[in-house]
Amino acid sequence: MLTKRIIPCLDIKNGRTVKGVNFVNLRDAGDPVKLAKIYASNGADELVFLDISATEERRKTLTKLVLDVAAQVNIPFTVGGGISSIEDVDTLLKCGADKVSINSSAVKRPELINELSGKFGNQCIVVAIDAKKINEHWKVHLVGGKVLTDLDLFEWAKEVEKRGAGEILFTSMDNDGTKDGFANEALSRLSTELNIPIIASGGAGNKQHFIDTFKIGKADAALAASVFHFKEIEINDLKQELRNNNIPVRL
Amino acid sequence: MKIVIIDYGAGNIQSIKFAIERLGFEAKLTSNVSEIQNADKVIFPGVGEANSAMNMLVSSGLNNLIPTLKQPVLGICLGMQLMCDYSEEGDTKGLGIFKTNVTKFDNGLKVPQIGWNQISNLKSPLFKDISENEYMYLVHSYYAPVCNETIAVSDYGLQYSNALQKDNFYGVQFHPEKSSIAGSKLLKNFLDL
Repeated sequence: MLTKRIIPCLDIKNGRTVKGVNFVNLRDAGDPVKLAKIYASNGADELVFLDISATEERRKTLTKLVLDVAAQVNIPFTVGGGISSIEDVDTLLKCGADKVSINSSAVKRPELINELSGKFGNQCIVVAIDAKKINEHWKVHLVGGKVLTDLDLFEWAKEVEKRGAGEILFTSMDNDGTKDGFANEALSRLSTELNIPIIASGGAGNKQHFIDTFKIGKADAALAASVFHFKEIEINDLKQELRNNNIPVRL
Repeated sequence: MKIVIIDYGAGNIQSIKFAIERLGFEAKLTSNVSEIQNADKVIFPGVGEANSAMNMLVSSGLNNLIPTLKQPVLGICLGMQLMCDYSEEGDTKGLGIFKTNVTKFDNGLKVPQIGWNQISNLKSPLFKDISENEYMYLVHSYYAPVCNETIAVSDYGLQYSNALQKDNFYGVQFHPEKSSIAGSKLLKNFLDL
């Protein structure tokens, strides 16, 4: 049986792992390669590296970091941040990344999704969507949540699927950093209306939140950062708890 | 031991090279016919779309070489699918090593299947010291049905072949290079054949 995935996210800035609370006030949580190895041996199913400053500062993702991770880590990983061209993706995949995640560049030029999935296959194209509820409507935001767009979350998610995304990484900005749980209502709607895997992101604070996002939010995978980086939740304990609640996990 | 990874422009071959290095061996990326023929072990990777991958194989002439190889050959993911008779993806004629037709998941479950699934009915030295129901990492939208050459099955709404074997040819749908300790064990078993 296919299992639900637990994905620690390593937000990278200047080669170090950081985690923002509501995307600001960054705290340092260590060396990304070292952390990645620890996570891989402690039961993480996958890793995501997001170069969070990339879009804003127009920096390219650190290819050396990708090479180091690929050399030392034996589980799959996704790289995101500032990716806007076929050449970017080609470089990252050649360095050993399994998937790339695109966000702002897909909103600016949606054809990029078609081009990337056409060239590399949809299995390695993750589209990240950051959204926030404004007057009862989920609106897509860009640049780490700083820029509001006209796009409706659900419309955009469907378009993204149609254009060839293999997976959607949905971050609720209302939940991110709050530790109050994932945006399960929106997640459940995404998971029901789309036929590609949905990764839940934003709001993890305790083990029950993960149980809820799989059961109520119908998520295929759950992503979190600080609860793992600061050892508030151990991944193997979390997975045992998920299994006790009849959620299939790899243990 | 001479290990080669067939380099024909399709897929995440760097990860396979690194996984072999973690086992203490060197693997060479190559598309050179005599280098492939003279290797002790051949790894045939593949990620992406079947038809364009097959076209790349054909244009390098490697489509004729691979079925004639005598040493152990391991196809991974799309590599395994291309070793079959046919793939529905892009209406692609395969290498005809495994007598089965690759088809798309069409059973209401999410496609691609992404993540860790269990393998069972393990029937090959490839799975030495790997337990029944071990988890392996997969990313795929197309699958090989269960057939005579099946050496491992998985369940995704239906039972399908997660590994195939015919003589010296082995194929796995999952990514051993990304499947943690169990995946490394499988690669080591292949190198030990």
